[in-house]
Amino acid sequence: MAVVNKKASSYAFKIFAYAFCILLTVLSIFPFVIMIVNATRNTAEIQSHAVSFIPGNNFRTNWNILMGRGFNPLDGFKNSLIVSVGSTACNVYFSTMTAFALVAYDWKLRKPFFTVIMAVLMIPAQVTSIGFYSLMYKIGWVNSFLPLILPSIAAPTTVFFMRQYMIPSLPMEILQSARIDGAGEFRIFNQIVLPMMKPAMATQAIFSFVTSWNQLFMPQILITRPELRTMPMMVSLLNGDAYKTEYGSVYLGLLLTVIPILIAYFLLSKYIIEGVALGGVKG
Amino acid sequence: MKTKLKGISYSKYGYLFSIPFVVAFLIFTLYPTIYTATLGFTDCRGVLNDNYHFLEHPFENFKEILKNDSFRVSLKNTIGIWIANFIPQISIALLLTAWFTSHSNEIRGKGFFKVVFYMPNIITAATVAILFHSLFNYPVGPVNDILVSSGLRDSSYYFFTNKMASRLIVAFIQFWTWYGNTMIVLISGVLGISPDIYEAAEIDGANGVQTFFRITIPNLKTVLLYTLITSLVGGLNMFDIPFLFLSGGPDRATLTTSVFIYNLAFSGNYIYNRAAAASMIMWLLIAFFSAILFYIMRDKDQIKIDKEIKRAKKEAKRAAKGGVNQWQL
Repeated sequence: MAVVNKKASSYAFKIFAYAFCILLTVLSIFPFVIMIVNATRNTAEIQSHAVSFIPGNNFRTNWNILMGRGFNPLDGFKNSLIVSVGSTACNVYFSTMTAFALVAYDWKLRKPFFTVIMAVLMIPAQVTSIGFYSLMYKIGWVNSFLPLILPSIAAPTTVFFMRQYMIPSLPMEILQSARIDGAGEFRIFNQIVLPMMKPAMATQAIFSFVTSWNQLFMPQILITRPELRTMPMMVSLLNGDAYKTEYGSVYLGLLLTVIPILIAYFLLSKYIIEGVALGGVKG
Repeated sequence: MKTKLKGISYSKYGYLFSIPFVVAFLIFTLYPTIYTATLGFTDCRGVLNDNYHFLEHPFENFKEILKNDSFRVSLKNTIGIWIANFIPQISIALLLTAWFTSHSNEIRGKGFFKVVFYMPNIITAATVAILFHSLFNYPVGPVNDILVSSGLRDSSYYFFTNKMASRLIVAFIQFWTWYGNTMIVLISGVLGISPDIYEAAEIDGANGVQTFFRITIPNLKTVLLYTLITSLVGGLNMFDIPFLFLSGGPDRATLTTSVFIYNLAFSGNYIYNRAAAASMIMWLLIAFFSAILFYIMRDKDQIKIDKEIKRAKKEAKRAAKGGVNQWQL
């Protein structure tokens, strides 16, 4: 009797749990489905019924309207790619180097230095943006990608996780034997330590890339020249008057900005989820 | 950790390899922070203005900002929107965590659900903001289409003229982008709890709900606090979504402190001193919450070990100095 009850309640629980999960799945996917379908429909079709699962045949028209009014996804893509690749390279390489300094060497200021890194882990760049902008203005780096790339050299979060990963996985004996073979410290870092850190670097690279690709605040204040706009800045154009009633074109524009990320996400989702589980990102 | 080989000291490489980090930190973080703080005490307005002076009453800008109606509204909005997003976010994340880590009721397709629930988090926030603007559009957005077609409403509803509706949509977008992330962090927290405890509970006949509230939640305390504070700090910086969704409107209903500061400093106003003061107020708030997190997350075991080592060293020294004394004791 009790067993039957338990089975029945477990059955009910399962139905509820799956129903809830499917509801959330719909919630996650629905906006994107609408976006994709409506990217192929014209304004009149969307006005009569904004929700439809049957694609229209206005993809070309929407494309032409979209491109004709300032939205330039190729420029945005190129600019975002330069910024994101540059800042990811700086972030991962120099964070690994800093972590190496913290793990492999015994120096006097090591502990205070690590404490400082931990302390500034959470302070976001946004709250110091006025001083940052003024400095960049003075040295003529407004409308340049450098202030979007170079600050990544000092990335406390990445240093912290690189250090956590390095402590158990970097045997000091290898460093010693390399030294006996006459390798310099810099060469040891580049040729022995970096290859060993590849898995951790890959995870951190994904997050660094996505964060950089998605950021709006800093590019928005630093970049004013239209040809230097990054992808998120391009997106903000879709809110403007130029596309006020061109619903289909707006959806198409959004779709174009999302495609590269969605492809990357579905290829790398396993690593991304693992990385999040390690606490690789904060929000 | 041996760092000496044949008497060579390698400690200088520790400094050498930290130079890039330190230099970048000084230029791009520390200097801007100090500069922002300084501007908060001056009468500086305009980009090219180097001719600014410290104010007679040093805290005038801070006082004015704290009295400023828009700043107060934006602070209230920021906190309100954060709370309205965080409560459902943590509740649903906890619920899903309980289901996905349950031993007695295995749920299939966990991997798929994780990937799908996390997906909104990786999409550019700017895109998400404008996508939702399109979804809730009046009179012909998809949400209105659903409301009217399903008979829930007779006519379209103009969401963007209603202050509360606009705020709730922003909160919902925040919830929608972050609950998957929170869930994955919590699941990994649960997987870090020793399975022995669960086994013992099972043997003692605890059911799923009891196990969750008596074992999972207490053991998850640190992770929960980490989630709470990182989310709060992120929430205090909320910019992309309120900025692009309705640019702070209607009637300042979705104006957050970041958007307020942006408008003051960068959208043609250049009121740097006030914006800097507002930034520093936010900086202090964030630093305060980070300090709490820093205190909670500190490595208690390491501190204990360090103390032991120090004590042992001291004792060894004392013993070496006055070894005779010990015999006399």
